[in-house]
Amino acid sequence: MSHLNNFEIFLLFSIVKIAVVLVITLLAVAYTVLLERKLLGRMQNRWGPSRVGPFGLLQPLVDGLKLFLKEDMMPLAVERPLFILAPIIAFSCAMISISVVPFGATTMVHGVDLFQIANLNIGLLVILGVTSIGVYGIALSGWSSNNKYSLFGSLRATAQVISYELALGLSLVGVILRAQSLSLRDIVNSQSAHGALSWNIFGGFQFVAFFIYLMAAYAETNRSPFDLSEAESELVAGYNTEYSSMKFAMFFMAEYANMITVACVATLLFFGGASSPFGHIFDHVASGWFLSALCSVAWFVAKVFAFLLLYIWVRATLPRFRYDQLMGFGWKFLLPVAMVNILATALALSYHS
Amino acid sequence: MQIALFIIFGLLAVAGALNLLFQRHPINSALSLVVVMMSLAVLYWSLGAEFLAAAQVIVYAGAIMVLFVFVVMLLNAGEEDRTHGSKIAYIAGIPGAAAIFCLLSFVFLSERGQFGTTQLGGYLTSSVSNISEISHILFTSLLLPFEVTSILILVAILGAVVLARKEL
Amino acid sequence: MVVPIACYLVLAAVLFSIGIAAFLIRRNIITIFMSIELMLNAVNLTFVAFAHMWHQLSGQIFVFFVMVVAAAEAAVGLAIIIALFRVRQTLNVDQVDLLKN
Repeated sequence: MSHLNNFEIFLLFSIVKIAVVLVITLLAVAYTVLLERKLLGRMQNRWGPSRVGPFGLLQPLVDGLKLFLKEDMMPLAVERPLFILAPIIAFSCAMISISVVPFGATTMVHGVDLFQIANLNIGLLVILGVTSIGVYGIALSGWSSNNKYSLFGSLRATAQVISYELALGLSLVGVILRAQSLSLRDIVNSQSAHGALSWNIFGGFQFVAFFIYLMAAYAETNRSPFDLSEAESELVAGYNTEYSSMKFAMFFMAEYANMITVACVATLLFFGGASSPFGHIFDHVASGWFLSALCSVAWFVAKVFAFLLLYIWVRATLPRFRYDQLMGFGWKFLLPVAMVNILATALALSYHS
Repeated sequence: MQIALFIIFGLLAVAGALNLLFQRHPINSALSLVVVMMSLAVLYWSLGAEFLAAAQVIVYAGAIMVLFVFVVMLLNAGEEDRTHGSKIAYIAGIPGAAAIFCLLSFVFLSERGQFGTTQLGGYLTSSVSNISEISHILFTSLLLPFEVTSILILVAILGAVVLARKEL
Repeated sequence: MVVPIACYLVLAAVLFSIGIAAFLIRRNIITIFMSIELMLNAVNLTFVAFAHMWHQLSGQIFVFFVMVVAAAEAAVGLAIIIALFRVRQTLNVDQVDLLKN
């Protein structure tokens, strides 16, 4: 690679990284769906998908094929441009926010970090901003469908997402105060000193913030127990009632991609990202750079996987909230607690310094 | 790099603004305003204001415009109808706006030598990030205005709640 | 190749003039409100450009305050629009000038 100059190397590496991350995220989305169906089935004492391939492992591919081959219905009364634009916004926003996530320990090859597409100094704000743009996908899909159930679903989802965004943002302030940076790489590095003991949730005493984040993240991704926007007993199927084929698949994938993003952010901010929970005790076992990089990615994936399991577990366990309970919970409980958490963290930090 | 960014996102912003002007349905206008705000965020970033770029996306595009879209959806606003007033406005509005544009751009272009040129990413030192500099000023010399603004927001929330109540 | 600051200022002037035109021409009160936001954005761009020119942060802090006040203004303004719609069942500004009746 010696005949390429720095910019060409950077460009080449970036394109390869984007392609790899995109493919892995899409695969992860597909298999999260399978994981959810399997686990839900097991928790409800049934098998879940088991016919296609061994243990139903090929089910996501067949599902994708089915959605591709279905007729793309376009109801007559829809607002055509916005109806097409809405799933694109939802899906692309869900995929873009993964681009600032560091997946592993810093591994520089030719001056390019292998495990992160872009290390921005406002990485966390980028994730918050992109997820807040994703609301338009939901809002427009309901409005352009020209269907009252869709409209109700999207009004509910929009109100829910913009109110829980406050609690979500405020819960992250404590972490930012501790790390003194908005770059996700710096936030991860600030927790990597003593393994699990220096993670923000344990050593940083941010478990209240983590609780708020978790609740707000369930609401942000419109997942059970806050999935009122697609409450099938009241609203048919919520904002995506009129969608079929690939457009429906885009909403579906956006939901799961958002789940993965939220799990990634929780891992990065509260659980030390790609750092091992044992700190540097076992560093001599995996000594080569390749092995240690692999270990860090494995830790990251394991933590994200644990979060996805928690998501599915909560969905199988808890019933759905009522809408006024949801709003009251967000505004009257989570928001004040998040502010108290900020105050306590700031006071503790100023006392220590 | 900088000129490419400026041309692409400047044209996008102007196209979005023109679309806001000529669309007759409020939701299309709102979406084109979102496009303007996102492209302005990129321009802010190219001028070295990363924090403002993020705040523009989060506050303007992610909160204020969502509120607008939400209200349009809630009130089920349709396309606006042409009235007698809109004819008068066309006759008076477009020349007036054009005159203001000519005046402003004449001033800016005649003084262009004194403004100098830009540099991608700004002149701020890389050791201290834009965000920590802004927050340092906000929480030391401008603490009082900052707190007054927070009271203003509180008043605005209360006002909005009172105004939007059913039994007004 | 560098971009002169005057280009950013002229872009802001274009956006501001379009905002004025939209403010005057449009009859829907929500669109009028949005054109005010467009004008605020255009002014914000000039603030950022001048902050860049003088190598100072005061302009950026000004923009920050404008954003905060715009958020407050949007909340109150949209609440007023909702209250108005409840009473009048219309969003057209030509039909809301009936105070004399």
